[in-house]
Amino acid sequence: MPIPLDTTTVEIRINGKSYRAIEGESVLEFALNNGYDIPHFCTHPDLPVDANCRTCLVELDDGSVFTSCTLKAKEGLSIKLDTPKVKKLRTQNMELLFGKYKRHSPRILHGYWSKTLEELKRYGISGDNYKRDNPRRPIHKLGAAAELDPALCIACNKCVEICQFIGISHLRLEGRGSRTRVGTNCDPQNDCIYCGQCTAHCPVEAVREQSHLEDVDRVLKDKKKIVIVQMAPSVRASIGEGFGVPYGKDLTGELATAFRMLGFDKIFDVNMGADITTMVEAEELIERLKHKWEFTEGKRKDPPVRGPMFTSCCPGWVKFVEFYEPELIPNLTTARSPQIHSGGAYKTWWAEREGIDPKNIVVVSIMPCTSKKYEARFDHLKIDGNSPVDYVLTSRETIALLKTHKIDLPNLKPSSVDREGMYSGAAAIYGASGGVMESALRTAFKMATGGDLPGIDFLPVRGFEGIKKAEVKLGNKTVKVAVVAMPKNIRPILRELKKNPDAYDYIEFMACPGGCIGGGGQPIPNTFEIVKKRIAGLYGIDRKMNLRRAHDNPVVKEFFEYLKTVPKKKREAILYRGYEKKEKGE
Amino acid sequence: MPIDLIEKLKSANIIGRGGAEYPAWKKWIAVRDAAKKPKYVICNASERELATAKDFHILESMPEMVFRGMELAMDCIDAKEGIFNLNGDYERNLKKNLDRLVKEASEQGRKYTIKIFEEDPSYIGGEETALLNAMEGRRCEPRLKPPFPTDAGLFGCPTLIHNVETFYDIARVADGTYDGKRFYTISGEGDHNGVYHLPADWTIEQILKETGNVPKQDFFVQAGGGASGTVWNQKQIKTQIARGSGAIVIHLTSEDPKKILLHWVEFFARESCGKCTPCREGTYQLLELLREKKSKTIPWRQMEPILDVLEKTSFCALGRSVPVPIRSYLKNVLQYP
Repeated sequence: MPIPLDTTTVEIRINGKSYRAIEGESVLEFALNNGYDIPHFCTHPDLPVDANCRTCLVELDDGSVFTSCTLKAKEGLSIKLDTPKVKKLRTQNMELLFGKYKRHSPRILHGYWSKTLEELKRYGISGDNYKRDNPRRPIHKLGAAAELDPALCIACNKCVEICQFIGISHLRLEGRGSRTRVGTNCDPQNDCIYCGQCTAHCPVEAVREQSHLEDVDRVLKDKKKIVIVQMAPSVRASIGEGFGVPYGKDLTGELATAFRMLGFDKIFDVNMGADITTMVEAEELIERLKHKWEFTEGKRKDPPVRGPMFTSCCPGWVKFVEFYEPELIPNLTTARSPQIHSGGAYKTWWAEREGIDPKNIVVVSIMPCTSKKYEARFDHLKIDGNSPVDYVLTSRETIALLKTHKIDLPNLKPSSVDREGMYSGAAAIYGASGGVMESALRTAFKMATGGDLPGIDFLPVRGFEGIKKAEVKLGNKTVKVAVVAMPKNIRPILRELKKNPDAYDYIEFMACPGGCIGGGGQPIPNTFEIVKKRIAGLYGIDRKMNLRRAHDNPVVKEFFEYLKTVPKKKREAILYRGYEKKEKGE
Repeated sequence: MPIDLIEKLKSANIIGRGGAEYPAWKKWIAVRDAAKKPKYVICNASERELATAKDFHILESMPEMVFRGMELAMDCIDAKEGIFNLNGDYERNLKKNLDRLVKEASEQGRKYTIKIFEEDPSYIGGEETALLNAMEGRRCEPRLKPPFPTDAGLFGCPTLIHNVETFYDIARVADGTYDGKRFYTISGEGDHNGVYHLPADWTIEQILKETGNVPKQDFFVQAGGGASGTVWNQKQIKTQIARGSGAIVIHLTSEDPKKILLHWVEFFARESCGKCTPCREGTYQLLELLREKKSKTIPWRQMEPILDVLEKTSFCALGRSVPVPIRSYLKNVLQYP
C-alpha cells in the first residue's frame, strides 16, 4: 500500500524483523497485512476497537503482554508474536471463549465445513476444557433470514456496531457477566430489516443466516427433481475469497463447473432475471414520469403518485418501507426482484417449453444476501401455487457447500452457464450500488427516446459513497435521480422528500454498504476496502461484454414473447408484486 | 485562589480514595487545561466494593463537606455542572439530605448546578469510564483508554471524577484542616466493627489495636477492599498499611478456605460486566471449579491458568484484581506449595 506523503513513518520490529509503519496505526492490522497470523475475534477495520476477546496478544521486550489491536505503532516498538508466554495466554483465552463450541454449532453438528472450526484447529484449540455458562436464551430468529445463537455468542459486539452503523440499531448486548450475549431491541418502533450485516461481521457463526444447506443437499440427491441453480450478480466476484482468490476476481465459469459437479441440473443466472427487472422497471419509470409530466402540463386529470419511484430489488429496503415508512409503499416499483423474476420465468416459460411440471423444479439462488431468504418465503409471490425460488444459499453457505464436497473452485476448468441463463452487462452491475439505476436508465433511455444513453456508462451513480445524486436528460426533460446505500443515508433523503416530494424522480436504495456486493451474505471478512475491490470486478464484467443492455438480451426477448401468449393475470403474477404494511417481526 | 488550591492538593499529597490512589492535582490540571467545553465534575458514590462503607458514612454525617469539595473543583476547572453519582442502594437513606444540598448548591444565584444520578448499583460503576457509559445511557462497561476522562469524559467532554472521600479531603485542604487521615471500614471478626478516621500511614496492626479490634484467636486480614484487597497474615500487618478503599476485613485462620474463596469469586463473577473474555468467562469458570461439590480440596492447579489470564490480559482493573486476594491468601496464610 502506498504511504501518503504527509504521514510520519516509524520503525517497528516484529519477531526481530524491521518494518516501516505509519505512526499510530494498529499494530494488529499492520502485522496481519504483513502476513503474520494473530488470532483475533473482535476486530474489524471498519468498526470501533473494542479489545474484548483478548486473544491478539503480543509480548514486548520487557516481557509485558498487550493486545495488539490497541497497540499503536511508534518508533522503536518491538513485539514478539509467538513466545511461550503469549501462546499460553492466548490459548487459555480461546479455550475460555470456545468452551463446548463444537457441541453447539449446527454447522459442525451437521457435518459441514466451518470457518470457525478451521480457525480453532489452526490455533490448536480443543474447545473441550470448559463448559460455558448457559445463557438461558433460545436461538432468536430474525424473520426467515438470519438467527442469533446466544450459546455461541462471544460478546465481541461487532454485530451490534455494524447494525448501528448502517442505521438500524436492532441488536445490542444483553445480560451481565458470563451471560452477556447478543440480543435484540424490544422497542416496538424498532425492527430488523433482515439485511444480515450482523451475520457478515460475526467472527464465530453465532449470528448467521438461517441455513438452507441441508435442504439443498437433500434436493440434489432427489432424482425426481430438476434442480436449477441461479447465481446473483455479486457472488461470482466474491465466492472465490473463500478459496484465497484475489478480491473481485470473476469466477462465473469456475462456479458453473462447480455447480455441475454438485449435481445441479441446470446452471442459469439471476442476471437473466436482472435483465427482466430492468425491462419492467424501466417501463414503469417511463410510465410514471409521463403521467407526472402530462399531469403538470394539464394533459391528464388523474393525479400521479407524488414523489419519486423507488427500486424494490432489496428486500431489506422493502421491509424498511413496509415497517418504518409505510406511507411510501405507493412509491415502490411494482417490479419483482431479479431472483423472483428469473425463478418465475424458469418455472413458467422454461418449464412449459421443456414440458416439465413446475412442481418438480427446484430453484436455488446463490445470493450475497440474507434478506433474499426472507423474500423467497413470501406466499404472495407464488405463481400458480409455486414459489419462484425454493432455497437461497448465501456466498458463505456456498463456500461451505463446496468445501464440504471437497471442490477446489479456483482450479476448475471454467464452463459457461446454460443458454437460458444468458445476461447482459447491465445485469452484471446490479450487484453494485448504482447498478440497478444505471441499467434501468440504459433501457429507459431507449424506451423513451429510441436511442442509446450517451456513452452507455453512467458514472455519477457509481462508487462506494452512501448517497449519490445525478441528473439525466431524457429527451427535453430532466430526470433527477439518487442512489442510496444504508438506511442511515436514506433518512436525510426522506426528510428532503417530505419538504419537496419532487426533489427526485427515481431513487435506488440498497440496505448494505456498497450495495449487494457488500451484502450480509458475503464472505468474511467483509470490509469496505474489500467491497470496493469486488465492485471493480463487477464493472470489469460489464466492460468486457458485447451485450450491455437488458433490452438487447435475446433470451429476455424470447421470454417477453412468451408472456404475450399467457393470460393477463398470469403475466402480471410473473412480473409484478404488491406491498403491505408490516408489523414488528413480520 | 484556584491555582493555590491545586498547589495545596499537591503538597498535601491528596490521592484518589476510590482505590486507584491517583494524585488528585494531576487530574485537576488536566481538566483545567483541556480546551473543550463544557466541563463536568462528578462525585462517585458507587461504593460497591465488599466490606466498604466509608463513603456512606461520610455522606450520612458530613455531606456538606463533599459538596464543598465539588464546588471548589467546579470553580477551579470552570465547570458549570456537577453530577453526584449515587449508588441506588444508598438512595433511601441519603437522598433527602442530598436533595437539600443539591437545592442549595443550585440556588443563591450560583454559577453552577449539581444533579444527582441514581446508579443501578454495580461494582464496575466504580470504574470511571464504566460510570460515564452508564450516565450516557450505554452499557455499563469500561472504555478503552486513552482518551482519559480528563480529556474526553462525559459525552466526550473533559471530566473530573473523584470519590466521595477525595472531595471530602479536598474541602479539608481548602479549609486548612486536612490532617493526613483517611477513613477505614473495619469489619469481620473484630469486636468493634465500624468506620474510623485515622492516620493514613498507620500500620494495620496499629489501627486494629487503636480500635480494639484484635481478635483473641489466630487471624489474618484482607486490606484495601473486601473483594479486591490483599490478604496479610498476623506478622505482615505489623508493617503493612491498608490501601485501596481502606477496608480492613478480619478473618479467623480457622475459617473454611473454600468458603472464603467462594465469597470472593461469587462477587467477581456476579459483578463482571461481561466485556472481556478472562473476566466474563474466567470468573464463571473459577466459580464452577469452586462449586464442585464432590471434592473438599481447592483445585488450585485448575484455577491457576485462569488467574494467569485474569491478571495479565483483563481489560480493566476489576478482572486484573481477581487474583490479588486469592493468590495472597494462598501465599500469606495457607502457605501450602
